[in-house]
Amino acid sequence: MVKVLLWGSLRSATGGQAEVEVDATTFKELLDRLAEDYPGLRPQIERGVSLALDGVIYREAWFTPIGPDNEVVLMPYMTGG
Amino acid sequence: MTRQDKITRAFKQVGTRPPRPDGIDKVTGRAMYGADMTAPGMLWGKVLRSPHAHARIRSIDTSAAEALEGVKAVVTGADFTLPEDDFYRDVAVNCMAQDAALYDGHAVAAVAAVSEAVAKAALKLIKVEYEVLPHVIDVDAAMTTGAPVVQPGRAYENVPEGMSENVTSHCEFGHGDLAAGFAKADVIVERSFRTAATHQGYIEPHACLASMGGDGRADLWCCTQGQFHVREVCAEILGMESSQLRVTASEIGGGFGGKTTVFIEPVALALSRKAGRPVKIVMKRDEVFRATGPTVHSSIDVKIGMTRDGRITAGEAHLRYSGGAFPCGTVDMGAQSAFAAYDLDAVRTFGWNAMTNRPKEAAYRAPGAPQAIYAVESVVDELCQKLGLDPLDVRILNAARKGTKSAYGPTFDEIGLLATLEAAKAHPHYTAPLGPNQGRGLSCGFWFNFGGNTCVTMNLAFDGTVTITEGNPDIGGSRASISLMAAEELGIPYDKVRTIVADTASIGHNDITDGSRVTFSVGLAAIEAARDAIAKMCARVAKIWGIDPDAVEWKDGAVHPSGPNAGKFPPMTLAEIAATSPNTGGPIAGHYEVNADGAGVSFGVHLVDVEVDPETGATKVLRYTVFQDAGKAVHPDYVEGQMQGGAVQGIGWALNEEYIYGEDGRLQNPGFLDYRVPVASDLPEIETVILEIPNPGHPYGVRGVGETPIVPPLAAISNAVSRAAGVRLTELPMSPPRILKALSAQG
Amino acid sequence: MKTIPVSTRVNGDSVEFLCAPEETLLDALRNRLGLTGAKEGCGSGDCGACSVLVDGRLVCACLVLAAEAEGAEIATVEGMAEGERLHPLQRHFIDSAALQCGVCTPGILVAAKALLDHNPDPSDEEVRYWLAGNLCRCTGYDKIVRAVQSAAAEMRGA
Repeated sequence: MVKVLLWGSLRSATGGQAEVEVDATTFKELLDRLAEDYPGLRPQIERGVSLALDGVIYREAWFTPIGPDNEVVLMPYMTGG
Repeated sequence: MTRQDKITRAFKQVGTRPPRPDGIDKVTGRAMYGADMTAPGMLWGKVLRSPHAHARIRSIDTSAAEALEGVKAVVTGADFTLPEDDFYRDVAVNCMAQDAALYDGHAVAAVAAVSEAVAKAALKLIKVEYEVLPHVIDVDAAMTTGAPVVQPGRAYENVPEGMSENVTSHCEFGHGDLAAGFAKADVIVERSFRTAATHQGYIEPHACLASMGGDGRADLWCCTQGQFHVREVCAEILGMESSQLRVTASEIGGGFGGKTTVFIEPVALALSRKAGRPVKIVMKRDEVFRATGPTVHSSIDVKIGMTRDGRITAGEAHLRYSGGAFPCGTVDMGAQSAFAAYDLDAVRTFGWNAMTNRPKEAAYRAPGAPQAIYAVESVVDELCQKLGLDPLDVRILNAARKGTKSAYGPTFDEIGLLATLEAAKAHPHYTAPLGPNQGRGLSCGFWFNFGGNTCVTMNLAFDGTVTITEGNPDIGGSRASISLMAAEELGIPYDKVRTIVADTASIGHNDITDGSRVTFSVGLAAIEAARDAIAKMCARVAKIWGIDPDAVEWKDGAVHPSGPNAGKFPPMTLAEIAATSPNTGGPIAGHYEVNADGAGVSFGVHLVDVEVDPETGATKVLRYTVFQDAGKAVHPDYVEGQMQGGAVQGIGWALNEEYIYGEDGRLQNPGFLDYRVPVASDLPEIETVILEIPNPGHPYGVRGVGETPIVPPLAAISNAVSRAAGVRLTELPMSPPRILKALSAQG
Repeated sequence: MKTIPVSTRVNGDSVEFLCAPEETLLDALRNRLGLTGAKEGCGSGDCGACSVLVDGRLVCACLVLAAEAEGAEIATVEGMAEGERLHPLQRHFIDSAALQCGVCTPGILVAAKALLDHNPDPSDEEVRYWLAGNLCRCTGYDKIVRAVQSAAAEMRGA
């Protein structure tokens, strides 16, 4: 199981929880599980999310491995100038 | 990409300052920019724009324009089939209005004719019947219930019930117990701020030349930060297959984020399709201001608590941004970056985006961050003044560092903020004496930085010279830095490498030149492509020597025998390997494709001295120093250039630049005379201090540098002006009338 | 549409062209003579990207009518180098990294040359005020001022 920290406005989709646990070993699995377990997160996941893994931001990489000891933070998908 | 534990490599070429490869073209007038291309049989395209801030389009009669001699095609919204996806549909509707004009300058029709003069005359013959609707320009006004609705039904599911229909999204970030944090504070300051929308202000207006045949194949030449993105968006809007549209990026005359989207490109393609001839569209400057760019404008409340000894106990910010007439996610990045420089136990940011009848926001260097950090850094400065504390010491005391749980969630790895602050403190600028009416200000800045999709090919010619083929327009010297990294890795002189920017048919997808990603990602891919070629060269030489491929190694641009059993062979240089390549298996190339991660966040600190004239309210910038971590400065001249250029754009944002609207909702200053960007005589030298704290996510430790420098100037100058004037300024730009008003309000 | 025949000299060469009465010198240079070095950044004389010399006088080509070029001597960025030998300003702009995107560079080079032609030893402030009509959005002007000064020093033989 991986603990995923959500940003504040997503908590309405998780019954107020700031951190949820999902069964995942990669970024893709994590997104799929989140969307299944918390359907309210689906619109945001479809619009795009990034993932910070131990402080390093990953934008799209499905196969990024995630372990139970990693710090996993969901972030909005980012664009730059 | 594997993370580098420690980068201790001694560089031979990276870090030097050779002339850029496109220099001669650009000082002789030979370089071809967006408007410089022509084609045989070319027509001129012109766009008709709405004179209303908000109007329903009842009908468009193009018959008189079509009948004018020399007119070859007219298009309106009816000529575009709208994509289903929200993102693409908004881009399409922004390029050509459908049933409503959503802002002053919104495109409503376009013509292609044999000359610019005929096209202009034809625009006057197009009859548009408008039903003028009420408009809303200001973000706070747009958020009030009962405000005119810009577009109905666009709110995301995260917007609470009962808000104005203009509110499209809401976000919240942070951690800890705010109430407990504020309870610990000795002083709390709460302030509201406003920042005007600004324009990227690139000197080259948007320009393109489109040519589409009856078979549906098309070529497009345009000035863009991302030819692949242009291809995908245009293909989507015109219902084409991506591979049938080849996009070539011209030299680009500035972008700063503003050329990360399309405006005229789909229109030129549609006109070309209809006319069966190439069509060129070049925007005029007023069109650039009215219909492209700008940033969000914002209204922000910040509350921060501090103990007597300078520790921040809690921080809270409410950010209201408007990205114009469409939904816009920029406030998310503002809300995440607002407190990024601080190590806080209790922090919370709340963001809202609201639609207004203004042009669709386009990215501008570190989108969303300058406004948010301006507000936070202003309040931190005011707390320092109230408590009699040194503003740099307070920032050092509270600085985010390795292990800090950032305000936007993740825990920071190695970041350069503390080193940057300490460099500022040690610099003579910080202790130089100030005269009357002068003030010194400082601010931290932050940006996330990205990597992204990147694809690079290295080809070795038979004469031992190298071409690097990449797909990101060179906006500020990147050909030079990519060539330097390839030359370094290959161990050959810089001038033996030529880096070219390829069209969309010649290499795989590359993301836009944005997010400070090019030197990081394209550099990384060029290094890896070189390594791929090196592996092939090693294998060729092992074959020539008849030894095992493991028994050779690459060193200083040549293959050497390695290990005790390899045998004694004179090293074979890259040029020798290249010359024999037809005999050893054919041409040698290296390739690398990646969706790069690990760009590493970026911090900077700016110090500025200003003098405020109490009679006129005018501000003169006297001295300016930029401190920033570059990871590794590949070509220091162009790193300094990013730092200086970003700082000066921020100075303009702080002091002069703003979108000014009249009561009628029309933009009143769509030209460089009234939208005043900094000129040479406004400015002092911009001194730069580059720190190099290697980024573990890049083989040479490189960190993107392009965006962070626009973040600190807003607050740094506001803090300096506030200290010089003896009154806290809370609205940008701090134009002379605003400063005079603040001075007289204080009495 | 009535056209006007114009005979002029551009970068030392005699040229003739026909232009519309309202056509700007900038459009004639770019669209009729193929000299696209001068750029249109604003069309209103505010940005200086179209700076050229008409009879030695620095002007914005977007504010001059093409017909006014009759009998004049026009100098553009394309005429600065002699064959493959760059003008010192051009060389120092490359060596000092005084350009990023480069779109303002032709105008700034022409303007800087006009400055050094009449003032070979300007102060930094004089350089900054002289170039105040040439917008650059990339560099913050710092490296431009340095490049002009090092070219000036070289040209003075200093």
